[in-house]
Amino acid sequence: MRQVSLVETRDSPELIAAEACAAVGNDRHRLLDILLTVQNRCRWISPAAIDEVASALGLTPVAVRGVASFYAFLSLEPKGRVIIRLCDDIVDRHAGYSGVLAAFEEELGVRLGQTTADGGISLEQTPCIGLCDQAPAAMVNDIVLTSLTPETARRAARALKSGRPPRDLVSPQFDSLSAHERVRAAVANNIRLAGNVLLGEVPREAGLRRASAMAPAQIIASITASGLRGCGGAGFPTGRKWDMAAREPAARRFVICNADEGEPGTFKDRVLLTERAHLLVEGMTIAARAIAAREGILYLRGEYAYLRDHLDAVLAERRAAGLLGGAIMGVTGFDFDIRLQLGAGAYICGEEGALISSCEGLRGEPRTRPPFPVQRGYLGLPTVVNNVETLCHAARILDRGADWFFAMGTEGSHGSKLFSVSGDCSAPGVYELPYGVTVRELLELAGAPDAAAVQVGGPSGVMIARDSFHRRLSFDDLATGGAVIVFSGARNILEIVDYYLSFFVHESCGYCTPCRVGNVFLREAIRKFRNGHANAQDIEDIRSLSATIIETSRCGLGTTSPNPVLSTLAHFPLVYSAVTKPMGDGLQATFDIQSAIESARGIARRRSFVFDRDFSK
Amino acid sequence: MTDERFTFTIDGAAVSARPGQTIMEAADEAGIYIPRLCDHEGLRHQGSCRVCTVKAAGRSVAACTQPAAPGLEVESEVPHIHALRRNLVEMLFHEGNHLCPICEASGNCELQAMAYRLGMIEPTKFPYLEPTRAVDATHPDIALDTNRCISCGRCIRASEDVDGKGVFGYVGRGIHRRVAVNGIDLAHTDASLDDHAISADVCPVGCIIRKRVGFSVPIGERDFDHQLIGEAVQGKRR
Repeated sequence: MRQVSLVETRDSPELIAAEACAAVGNDRHRLLDILLTVQNRCRWISPAAIDEVASALGLTPVAVRGVASFYAFLSLEPKGRVIIRLCDDIVDRHAGYSGVLAAFEEELGVRLGQTTADGGISLEQTPCIGLCDQAPAAMVNDIVLTSLTPETARRAARALKSGRPPRDLVSPQFDSLSAHERVRAAVANNIRLAGNVLLGEVPREAGLRRASAMAPAQIIASITASGLRGCGGAGFPTGRKWDMAAREPAARRFVICNADEGEPGTFKDRVLLTERAHLLVEGMTIAARAIAAREGILYLRGEYAYLRDHLDAVLAERRAAGLLGGAIMGVTGFDFDIRLQLGAGAYICGEEGALISSCEGLRGEPRTRPPFPVQRGYLGLPTVVNNVETLCHAARILDRGADWFFAMGTEGSHGSKLFSVSGDCSAPGVYELPYGVTVRELLELAGAPDAAAVQVGGPSGVMIARDSFHRRLSFDDLATGGAVIVFSGARNILEIVDYYLSFFVHESCGYCTPCRVGNVFLREAIRKFRNGHANAQDIEDIRSLSATIIETSRCGLGTTSPNPVLSTLAHFPLVYSAVTKPMGDGLQATFDIQSAIESARGIARRRSFVFDRDFSK
Repeated sequence: MTDERFTFTIDGAAVSARPGQTIMEAADEAGIYIPRLCDHEGLRHQGSCRVCTVKAAGRSVAACTQPAAPGLEVESEVPHIHALRRNLVEMLFHEGNHLCPICEASGNCELQAMAYRLGMIEPTKFPYLEPTRAVDATHPDIALDTNRCISCGRCIRASEDVDGKGVFGYVGRGIHRRVAVNGIDLAHTDASLDDHAISADVCPVGCIIRKRVGFSVPIGERDFDHQLIGEAVQGKRR
């Protein structure tokens, strides 16, 4: 470790970086933690800090910069003491985002993307932060504001400008609240329908108590028999995943909880993390016993940083109660503990390989498969990565038995599911229902009589029209990680598609060509439709481009990112044909002469009354 | 070892492979060329350009990273896959600024050669992204024009794994992901003409330029002026 001289300026970026590295034992796998500390204390990752971190960890500065530049919440430029990140998800846009943005801009005297002149406050936007049920929402450093209006935005901006700390915006008594109360003061759970699996009464440690008396193989057999499938969206059989990891010969194994709930429109894990954190850790502990893992990681998305103190408190409480650490529940050899890894703004880290890369302090890029994480995951060792809801289910299955869970749901989708419903409905929130519920039934519960389109499974899922509302939410029909976003007939389908493609462009890691480049072209093609320049050939072209992206992309992001295009083409064909021009003389409108000469016209100071959009200015 | 070998097929032709070999490694040995840009002999496989996409047992995979397996049926030179590859190469052309007539790499350029091999002979439908990245000519012997970079990362792997230096690295995310140097510019790195990463082979395009040797081999006498890319591999076929 570097010796720090006493005459050195306190809080120099070098000192902060050196302290951050020392705090994690100069372990390069903890680079994301180090960079988050530097970001929070310095308000940016300066070249000096990068050099210091690189030398402390034995990395090249470009490798450190590579990681710092990957995550949206890390910045290579100075930011304000307070960073306001407005959620710009399509649901927030429909709920009044632009008015809220205008209020912040006016009150702070800056535009989106800028920092106030005194360096105090930065105003930014970010994709879905898991608060679609109380949109428009915003992050302010590590707290969140919900159900914003221009008036509340103005009040918040004025308070922050006057130097009051962000936590004051949540509650004047913030400091005297418990970690859990702080979360509850900021965010409503909006549990609209509690089932008997997760959101109803759940006895503490019942599953873990049973598991602690069972052999690992019995636990896996029970999970397999329950029919439990991954609740993050992909639906891989959980028992099989655990079994594969358990069979892999290795001295160390890991259980990772994927709490990187990033799919726009999904927020059910937020509620579980708030209200069922003990159940979640119970599930992780059971998984650890099943695969003989002694170490676990809870990967919490950066957008949920406000849940961190609460989760840390739960982990501490469990350690004190002998439910984490050595000899859990008094069983010799049942040792397991968990560290919390905070993310830093990257949707792709919900992909399990990318999540593992991120835990290892690397750029959050998916990994080449095979090998799969159950074979070679975290640090190259067998690793089970499960979604929050999946692990909660596992704990309940151990308590109530596989048959109880298996009997619920449908043939290929056993058990119940949490659905996050948002958008144009009167009761947005979380609904716990057995698999197999129809879209129509869910819409009735959520109060959405005007629903014209429903996005099932978020942008990577499908958008369906009224003629499909009889379809069932299950792996056999409409698979979903839980997001159900309702759009009324007043919404512009192409605007939604454009937004979702922009989201994927923003969130693509950029590793492979089709996802990095193809998604940009797909978005440009949709804008051509929106601008009225498209013809029939363009419909064929976006189909073919979508097919190339899906077939050649390396991970699930690229294999699903064209879904907004393909599902709206299938279910809302008139939306496209209505704005498609006939081809006439075969002229392809791929070249727009007016926009092509725009910059030249500016240089020549020649204006056209006919073509200049801003002629009057 | 020999008794461990197994057989699979590429476009119906039997190919022999050792356990642990990728589809592409086995294909190369058998003299069957699978187009690729980010993969390069002697460097670890990355699987990012996706030009080597093949169908293996009905699933589209990257041949450079997918292990061969006994009895696996691989489709490569079929119209469908060919079109996918051409689409990917078109994407790379449109992502950067690839003006072959003024590029020093013309004739030696693997991107250009791949376009010819895949029959990219008509105007494409994609928009041009036209990046405007500053050329880095600070180093006495080497210049970098990353507007021509195709993000293959061959220089990164060569510098890290072969040279043991780490002169290059990826920064940024998504469409902003690009290759950067380990310093404020190339002159502030330990890059040298002797590096494998800087050698003529490693950069497939005209991004890494060795100064003072430009056009020493005239147009018309360059690697791909008289043969298609991949013919060296195909020449091994008995």
